[in-house]
Amino acid sequence: MARSINLDKKQQTIYGWLLLLPAGVLLSLFAFYPAVATFWSSLFSRGTRRRAAEFVGTENYTALFNDPTFWVVVKNNLIYAAATVPISIGIALAMALWANSKIPARGFVRTAYFTPTVLPMIAAANLWLFFYTPDLGLLDQIGGLFGFSSVNWLGRPDTALWAVIIVTIWKEAGFFMIFYLAALQTIPEDLREAANIEGASRWTFTRRIVLPLLMPTTLFIMVNAMINSVKLIDHLFILTKGGPNDASKLILYYIWEMAFAFFDAPAAAATTVIVLVVLCTVAAVQFFMLDRRTHYQ
Amino acid sequence: MTDKGFVVLDNVAKRWKGQLGVENITLDIEEGSFVALLGPSGCGKSTTLRLIAGLEAADEGHIIIDGKDVTHAPSADRNLSMVFQSYALFPHLSVAENVVFGMKVRRVSKAERAERLARALKITGLEGLEARKPGELSGGQRQRVALARAIVAGKRLCLMDEPLSNLDAKLRASVRKDIKRLQRDLGITVIYVTHDQTEAMSMADKVVLMKSGHIQQVGSPADLYDRPANTFVAEFIGAPPMALIEAPVIGGAASSDILGLRAEHVRLAEPGAGRLTCTVAESEFLGAETLISLSHPGTTGLCVLQPGLAPVEVGTEVSVTFDDRDIHVFDSEGRRREAV
Ligand SMILES: Nc1ncnc2c1ncn2[C@@H]1O[C@H](COP(=O)(O)OP(=O)(O)OP(=O)(O)O)[C@@H](O)[C@H]1O
Ligand SMILES: [Mg+2]
Repeated sequence: MARSINLDKKQQTIYGWLLLLPAGVLLSLFAFYPAVATFWSSLFSRGTRRRAAEFVGTENYTALFNDPTFWVVVKNNLIYAAATVPISIGIALAMALWANSKIPARGFVRTAYFTPTVLPMIAAANLWLFFYTPDLGLLDQIGGLFGFSSVNWLGRPDTALWAVIIVTIWKEAGFFMIFYLAALQTIPEDLREAANIEGASRWTFTRRIVLPLLMPTTLFIMVNAMINSVKLIDHLFILTKGGPNDASKLILYYIWEMAFAFFDAPAAAATTVIVLVVLCTVAAVQFFMLDRRTHYQ
Repeated sequence: MTDKGFVVLDNVAKRWKGQLGVENITLDIEEGSFVALLGPSGCGKSTTLRLIAGLEAADEGHIIIDGKDVTHAPSADRNLSMVFQSYALFPHLSVAENVVFGMKVRRVSKAERAERLARALKITGLEGLEARKPGELSGGQRQRVALARAIVAGKRLCLMDEPLSNLDAKLRASVRKDIKRLQRDLGITVIYVTHDQTEAMSMADKVVLMKSGHIQQVGSPADLYDRPANTFVAEFIGAPPMALIEAPVIGGAASSDILGLRAEHVRLAEPGAGRLTCTVAESEFLGAETLISLSHPGTTGLCVLQPGLAPVEVGTEVSVTFDDRDIHVFDSEGRRREAV
């Protein structure tokens, strides 16, 4: 009896591992191995025709930390994350709450909100390029009606980063709204009715019942938004190319430049490793810290 | 009419895009009474309750609670509490937080909240479970939390929508007693929706029997049992329900009439000596007695009760008899005729 149970357990374990195998293989091949390989190559110098690459230890990292551009880029990316993550989540939540209430043309509103998400980032960037273009762009045209002078939104160091941030928020909010909408639909209607009978206002109901029940979704979205704030740079290629004067350069664009414009693979590898470490830490902290205070149904 | 009852519904109707919910609902409920809304699935019990609660808006008619016309008032202004069929507990809040939610909303002081919470938990037997989340409770315990939440509000009117439907038979019987006792002790008015006639008959002072969005009869449990207003009521109330016999089968009344007869008034007679000779269709042992279902052309649901275990072979011919005074007479429309 005991033996057969043991055997059963063993079989279950083998079964479990087999199920994990495909994902495990793919992840190792396309995620873990490249990460390790990147780390390894970040420890070597840049090989030239005359001098082969040689092991230099942390030299690439030291060089990186001494590069003022790196710090500019880090600062930009921090601002970028600090603005896009909370604002896009906030807008997504507000839109979802609105699109989930009993409004006319609800389906249309949802679709309208979702449209930016289905556009490729490059297309979205082109669209916004039209808005931002000095003199001819929509913004300047409208501004002109009120007598404002033309602004080169993408060409000025003090506005370029914010122009990029707005495009990202516009793109992401609709996507996150879909998650919130799905989560809102799992909240039973009778909770609202019970709260109504108790005399709770709409705001109280939202704050005390809806928001806590949306916490798992918020956590999920937050991790995604955080990762996206590093990952999503397609629009930079169209809008600013990181300029002017590095004012809108984000870390992944910086890595791309190093690797494919300046062909400095080891430096790019070192930066990538730093980004990976930071992202993993952030995700881990979010999951372990917030998870405890989150109610899952 | 308006100054009579505590809760008054006057010709209330509710439709969805022309499709009938309920219609012609006229009710008068005294303060402190226990009223059961009874009927088959989809007959409009929940709709009626939700109209009273203000969760649905009436298309026609007036709803008056405690002398105030609340037909268009929001739920919060109707001064009532409600126990939902699904309990509607907030899943992320503990038992205690669930119970005091409403008081917090209404800014009841902390000390009073604690005191009323303690009392409600004591009444419902939930002490020691304060910190649990609804997900960590059994169905019966959840039901009691919903009950505690309703009584802690201290409202004089409490609406309950099939609060016991998720419980097993044994628990249901005990919670039924608890609810009844609570209602009596607190002196509150309860409007209670159920599709279970035992529940309605055992708890209610007044039963409202509904069918397809219309009230069929309003009365005490004894009224409904002894003087069913129509054949629907006759066939709905009682286990086994009343048998219906076409008048010509036994003669006497007008030939288009329908006669009703309860099983306990039917007796077996000597072969050939009874008023009706039927075939045994089924024998069912119920414990204290055996229910023998009979078939005869022109009758439905005819049966006779025999004490103890007394099965009769299916297909046997038996003769039954009954007294004229036990016969209920309905006209061809199914409406009760008062005088035979
Ligand atoms: N929101 C709605 N939209 C359209 N029709 C509805 C709605 N709610 C109820 N109905 C209809 O109204 C009628 C009465 O429904 P109601 O929920 O009151 O039945 P019930 O007596 O409570 O039944 P049950 O015992 O199954 O709960 C049903 O025919 C139902 O289909
Ligand atoms: Mg119902």
